[in-house]
Amino acid sequence: MADGVWGRMRAGLARARQGLLGRIAAAVSGHRTVSAGLLEELEGALLAADVGMPETMRLVGRLRELAAAGELFAEGVAATLRAEVARSLEGSSRPMRRAETPPSVVLLVGVNGSGKTTTAAKLAHALRGEGQRVLLGAADTFRAAAAEQLGIWAERAGVDMVRHAAGSDPSAVIYDAVAAARARGVDTVVCDTAGRLHNKANLMAELRKMVRVAGNACPGAPHEVLLVLDGSTGQNALVQAKVFTEAVGVTGLVLTKLDTSARGGIVLAVWRELGLPILWAGVGEGLEDLRPFDPEAFASALLGADGAGEPGYAEG
Amino acid sequence: MGVLFESLSSRLESVWRRLRGRGRLTPQDVDEVLREVRLALLEADVHFKVAKDFIARVREKAVGDEVLASLSPAQQVVKIVHAELCALMGSTSARLASASQPPTIIMLCGLQGAGKTTFAAKLAGWLGRQGRHPLLVAADLQRPAAVEQLAINARQVNVPVVTPEPGDGPADVAARGVARAAALPADVVIVDTAGRSQADADLMAELRAIRDRIRPHEVLLVLDAMAGQDAVNVARGFAEGVGVDGVALTRLDSDARGGAALSVREVIDRPIKFAGTGERLDAIEPFHPERMASRILGMGDVLSLIERAEQAWDHSQAEKLQERVQKDGLTLEDFLEQMQALRRMGPLEQVLGMIPGLGQAMRSSKAQVDERELGHIEAMIRSMTGEERRRPEIIDASRRRRIAAGSGTQVADVNRLLRQFGEIRKLMRDVTQGRLPRGMPGLPGMPGMTGPPVGGRPPTHRRGKHRGR
Repeated sequence: MADGVWGRMRAGLARARQGLLGRIAAAVSGHRTVSAGLLEELEGALLAADVGMPETMRLVGRLRELAAAGELFAEGVAATLRAEVARSLEGSSRPMRRAETPPSVVLLVGVNGSGKTTTAAKLAHALRGEGQRVLLGAADTFRAAAAEQLGIWAERAGVDMVRHAAGSDPSAVIYDAVAAARARGVDTVVCDTAGRLHNKANLMAELRKMVRVAGNACPGAPHEVLLVLDGSTGQNALVQAKVFTEAVGVTGLVLTKLDTSARGGIVLAVWRELGLPILWAGVGEGLEDLRPFDPEAFASALLGADGAGEPGYAEG
Repeated sequence: MGVLFESLSSRLESVWRRLRGRGRLTPQDVDEVLREVRLALLEADVHFKVAKDFIARVREKAVGDEVLASLSPAQQVVKIVHAELCALMGSTSARLASASQPPTIIMLCGLQGAGKTTFAAKLAGWLGRQGRHPLLVAADLQRPAAVEQLAINARQVNVPVVTPEPGDGPADVAARGVARAAALPADVVIVDTAGRSQADADLMAELRAIRDRIRPHEVLLVLDAMAGQDAVNVARGFAEGVGVDGVALTRLDSDARGGAALSVREVIDRPIKFAGTGERLDAIEPFHPERMASRILGMGDVLSLIERAEQAWDHSQAEKLQERVQKDGLTLEDFLEQMQALRRMGPLEQVLGMIPGLGQAMRSSKAQVDERELGHIEAMIRSMTGEERRRPEIIDASRRRRIAAGSGTQVADVNRLLRQFGEIRKLMRDVTQGRLPRGMPGLPGMPGMTGPPVGGRPPTHRRGKHRGR
């Protein structure tokens, strides 16, 4: 990550922060022990990052324990909290699965506006950069001009795309895209799908059918069902992840919009509760702005870490 | 569906119950209750500082003589929490600004993916239905095919749209749109803009350039109801960077608690004016802050329900039905009719969520019956003879077997339907004799909503097989 993507993400955070570090510094100054006020500051910062009450209480409780045991003092709080967050996310990232016999089929699912179409394009671009032959499937046949949008991206990425007429059966697009991928010797086919709220039973049923059809078109497919999660989503993200997983067997997450001031802290809960790994992070609106998720760097950015002289900060 | 935490409504519902069970409140009781309220607010994505202030205000009012000396302390705390929540949300539903000299210019702004383009079309359609003459302007030149998307949606709501000419910048096409309004003529111009982070200096400059060119009467911030804690930064950023006059809350048909709406209201002190309530382009409603507060507090959204019921309801038919039910009792034929009328009112889930007390009942899995099951019920009733529908008591074992076979269901399903129908018929008798269940005034024709046969999931009629167009 030579171009400091996480730095950019951090910069986004820094702009909006009444930064944790600043507040910690204020709370720490003049104190050696970990005060109740300092712990409250930490609690507030974690809550403000959408980490949610259960994970926040767990993390703060851990710090309280360490402090009570005489193993943590005020000046070590920031680094320790960062380490604890990173530790919570241990094992939460992995590379994408590949089919033994190509094509690998990747389905992008999620609620409306989470960034599926843009992520599909970025993913195609990233895989192409690895030397793979990639095909895009425009299976969002519902949103007006969704296929046009993906088509423009496909052109920019130099990738072929399979689409049908607006309003047609999205499962048919999946089938055709996978069949075309097999016929053309494509390595990975990335399918965009229409955004849907997880509490719409009929739309979730439609998605189940798409997954089934992918399997019919190619044994073992889909190899990845990635839930695209908007980084600015609040506690509802946990419900989204759970319901989508129950419905279509989500295999991992893409956390988007981390270049905004949102911090995406809810993935801590999603990882702990559901064990869903986070494969990718979206950090900008360009084709190249999709990166493998890095728990260490995410932990630093989540807490608004300031690179300068911060021990243990990983610039990715 | 597994919901991982209690909803704000259900959490507070249980708190209310506990409060109801006690005669008098101690300060400890108040604190216990407010701890629950705080947790619920946080789970609902109310910003933690807003929640903290809210709790402090309520505590100040609740703990003290005023409450503790009163005869009905529980009621008084409910009132205080509700009043505070209403105060936070704003007390009256806000109207759009109106230019003294048409056209009124409305400019949308917000994060990418908040739903601006869809909302633009919905608002245009809504204004058209109000007898206005709206014009849409596609000034999002950032997102690929955003212009095409707005153009297609504009066609669907039957509203003209201005798209950029070659060489146009966002401010140019916006200005072109306003000029076009005079020629058409259109009396409202709605300008869609590119979405990006409020922390993006380029976007802010672009939005200011548009604003300064067209001088909008109303800048609406489009905000996702599922937004988390960062919503306060987003709102503050757009308010400071462009100036925001009101908020449109999208995806209110999600199961998110929408607490971000409360925070934003508090932080930028601008009213929420519209709510997006579905994927269909007519799924837009003026936002009613007080009803929202009531809904959050588990009191149900009675007013919205009644309004919607009035739209979907054939009054003369309903009156006729009521007369007949009073005279002869409810029949399965009526039941079928009511079920269909209920489904016309909109997604069941939405309708049911608005009924006080039902919110919680519907969330328990036993009460959840999906749309397919409604279909089964319909099939069973249709497999009955007219005589059977009018006098279900004649349906014996052999008739049950025949009905099950005819409708592709099991005898157990028929048994359950008849049992539930019996309960509903009894309830209907109570209702028509004036013993209305609390919170269901003037809705005699909703028998299906009181028991298990109707529940949880939204109907599929908003979209057909392939999302229905």
